[in-house]
Amino acid sequence: MCATCGCGVAGVRVFGPGQLGPAGHDHGTDHSHDHEHAHGPGQADRGQPPSHEHGLDGRTVQIQQNILAKNDRLAEDNRAWLTARGILAVNLMSSPGAGKTTLLERTAREAGAGLGLTVIEGDQETTLDASRIEAAGCAVAQINTGAGCHLDASMVARGLSALNPSPGSVLVIENVGNLVCPALFDLGEAARVVLSSVTEGADKPIKYPQMFRGADLVLLTKVDLLPYVDFDTGRHARDLKLISPGAQIMPVSATTGEGLPAWYAWLSERTR
Amino acid sequence: MHELAITEGVVQAVTERLPGTPIACVHLEIGVMSGVVADSVRFCFDLVTEGTTLEGARLDIIQPAARCRCRDCGAEFEPDGMIALCDCGSADVAVLAGQELRIRSVEVV
Repeated sequence: MCATCGCGVAGVRVFGPGQLGPAGHDHGTDHSHDHEHAHGPGQADRGQPPSHEHGLDGRTVQIQQNILAKNDRLAEDNRAWLTARGILAVNLMSSPGAGKTTLLERTAREAGAGLGLTVIEGDQETTLDASRIEAAGCAVAQINTGAGCHLDASMVARGLSALNPSPGSVLVIENVGNLVCPALFDLGEAARVVLSSVTEGADKPIKYPQMFRGADLVLLTKVDLLPYVDFDTGRHARDLKLISPGAQIMPVSATTGEGLPAWYAWLSERTR
Repeated sequence: MHELAITEGVVQAVTERLPGTPIACVHLEIGVMSGVVADSVRFCFDLVTEGTTLEGARLDIIQPAARCRCRDCGAEFEPDGMIALCDCGSADVAVLAGQELRIRSVEVV
């Protein structure tokens, strides 16, 4: 936890383009506070009464504040920054191993230049994923969350500073692989895309409703493996409808390329 | 374990609002459909408050029940668990209550 403010960002590391070096050899030097992460009484509480209250002994003080208010404010700052530059930001979420990075590698190779794609990678440790994305020819920043199980808006603000995406481009934020925690934290994205792979089983939407409820698009990944696994696509679609009636499902394979033109078109349509 | 970050958010909000003021009790509202487990917040609270003005404070959590309204037939109902499905078969529902995640008040020493 940060000794200045108790914000829990200690251990979070951000690697910008060209700083990817050997994994795990840059420890905790960049908690720089060069963004909207405000310190000091009342500073972060815009519109709140002055925070120095006197004569409170033994009294109840009404707070009536959303617990996620601070993250939500920072997310709105990110959203305003991105919107002002016409940048489409997508929050890409799934369980570990559903194929987020493989999808982004192929997206970078086949459509990266046309979309102006840049990527923020979120993982607990290592710059392995960022190195893969960089090798695919795409500008990337890596966030290591340390103990954290999800990205939050302040981490993404630091990622944006490191990456500085161009106006009119597409930014994909690959969240920490986890179907629970990332669902609660607004990053300032314009759309939420959740991956569900055929190797995981068809019951994921009803087992993790919080995650799938917020999805704008569900990418059903690894569909080239459908002949070899026991995955009921009809059940998956029906269950998803129970959780998120408006979510679109798009079957894709980053190995064979099946369905990927529709994914690229989905991104492209939203940048106009 | 996002409850750790959630609990840190509580401590941060209270210490920013009442800097230097020792706190005796924190009252939270965590709805049953909020996606946050109240017991996990209780587990994290002592750990996260250590060395802050909230150290040793009591934690009181109320958990509002879920309430939904069906957008197709208009019925109001209490969903069974996290999957909000109306008796008419529709899943197109508005959540009216149960997603609360609020710091209600604190008692100062």
